[in-house]
Amino acid sequence: MTEVTELSWPEADAPHTKEVLLNLGPQHPSTHGVLRLVLELDGEYVARVDPHIGYLHRGTEKLAESFTYTQIFPLTDRLDYLCPPSNNLAFALAVEKLLGIDAPIRAQYIRVLMAELARISGHLLITGALPLDLGAMTALLYAMREREMIMDLLEMISGARMHTSFCRVGGVREDLPDGFFPKIREFCDIFPNRIRDYERLVDNNRVFLKRTQGIGVISAADGIDLGLSGPNLRASGVDWDIRRDEPYEIYDRLAFNVITRDEGDCYARWRCRVEEMRESVRIIEQCLDQMPDGPFQIDMPTIAFPVDKDRVHCSMEALIQHFDLSAYGFKVPKGEVYSAIEAPKGELGFYIISDGSPKPFRMKVRAPSFVNLQALFGVTNARYLADMIAVLGSLDPVMAEVDK
Amino acid sequence: MSAETSLIRSLIAERFGEAIEELGFSHGVYAFAASPDRIVELCRFLKEHPTLRFDFLSDICGVDHYPEMPRYEAVYHLYSLPNKWRVRIKCRLGDPPRVPSVTGVWRTANWHEREAWDMYGIRFEGHPDLRRIYMWEGFEGFPQRKDFPLRGYKDKLNPFGAEGPPPTQPDLATEDIPQGGRSTPGT
Repeated sequence: MTEVTELSWPEADAPHTKEVLLNLGPQHPSTHGVLRLVLELDGEYVARVDPHIGYLHRGTEKLAESFTYTQIFPLTDRLDYLCPPSNNLAFALAVEKLLGIDAPIRAQYIRVLMAELARISGHLLITGALPLDLGAMTALLYAMREREMIMDLLEMISGARMHTSFCRVGGVREDLPDGFFPKIREFCDIFPNRIRDYERLVDNNRVFLKRTQGIGVISAADGIDLGLSGPNLRASGVDWDIRRDEPYEIYDRLAFNVITRDEGDCYARWRCRVEEMRESVRIIEQCLDQMPDGPFQIDMPTIAFPVDKDRVHCSMEALIQHFDLSAYGFKVPKGEVYSAIEAPKGELGFYIISDGSPKPFRMKVRAPSFVNLQALFGVTNARYLADMIAVLGSLDPVMAEVDK
Repeated sequence: MSAETSLIRSLIAERFGEAIEELGFSHGVYAFAASPDRIVELCRFLKEHPTLRFDFLSDICGVDHYPEMPRYEAVYHLYSLPNKWRVRIKCRLGDPPRVPSVTGVWRTANWHEREAWDMYGIRFEGHPDLRRIYMWEGFEGFPQRKDFPLRGYKDKLNPFGAEGPPPTQPDLATEDIPQGGRSTPGT
């Protein structure tokens, strides 16, 4: 017979507290991917958090060292898979800086246009996903409807819905297709009204406001110290946008506002992204108005593939050029470059060290989500477990980019 | 840019003299080399100087220059939000690589340094929680080193890996690595 030990109950006025270890993730819808958080809970308060990342680590940087520069484009697609054109653009710019070349103006417009479409697509997801995390499902369904329009546009340009790989060093892969302009104009006409719809849907939702306003406040100084960038930092009142402050491509020809908020809470981060979508539509419209005719790829046979694919089948020179570039790639002068763009998630930088061969000696990705996610653990006033979900959602990390 | 670079150069030279080697200006970034023992001091100087104000740490990157010697390198990219300037600090490290941590200067350095430790085995001394970040606990070797095979080493989970046992790091096994601590950069 086993001995029964008498349970002793804590006194009513001296509550017995015990820390509970809770494992959140890696497969949990509110962690936006495969993020695992080991939480030490004191009642409903989060006493400590131990993040585990790396479930999606594919070794992009190591792989890149054995790929030619053109082969790396599909790898960059898979960093932040919500907005591959931005990643392509960041990488292409870094290599072009090393080579000392610029893409033709038309190609630059096409790239910026695609990057802004990608920004809308990335922001749309979080516009819907943050309310979803907090229990309001409707907005995501409508956001997905509009995202589908962007997917269709990207498919029209590149043939792929998500992983476009459309940039090339020295230009883009192809020219814009026939019938693209009316289609994207239609999108630009419709979309601002749809943003108003989301606002009406979410902005008047008192539960959403209660759970985001004043929650997870990050001050400007903290944000800078924690390395936040992009809309996350702008929501804390830091007026910094690489598109304006270090203009790349043709951003200096475009008029747009940099959206900032002063509150630094979850709502401000969400709000910043919604406003930014409006600015992106403005940028796209300006791109369409200003887009010049001309080549979409640089005229350098040592770097760019032959524009006329039919020539490859009948001209020996074009065939050799095509074979050479496919099999060996092109050499990039010795040197190193750090090139950053304003990706939807923040500062996306590529640091490339070239040893003069057709493959990078070292490629480092400064992934914005990786740094932004770290800030989750610097947010001091989100103490409830439920608030932590709101903060995580509002920081908008993409785990593919966190894990590289 | 030349006015800015000469200003940065003169301010650094005024404070550090010959200790910081200048590497020139290229592609929008002003680069210089520092020795590991001056790195924290230099970072703090760049961050807190009233004119320079390099308050934003963009990135810390490990590099393996195998078979060149000294083999390793830690590269810091700093950005000045008020001035819109970028600098790169390069710090060559011997084998085994060690460098003081800059987590005391920027909290964001925490994960960057953990990544460089995980991938290159660069020991950041004074780091509060230097654990692997991408690879799992108990993983042997540092995958982004140039002598680590692309497909990893062959074992029962990885039949396509390269032959040969994973390299052992005897100096690392015996040394005191803060394992099992918890990451709370916010506190």
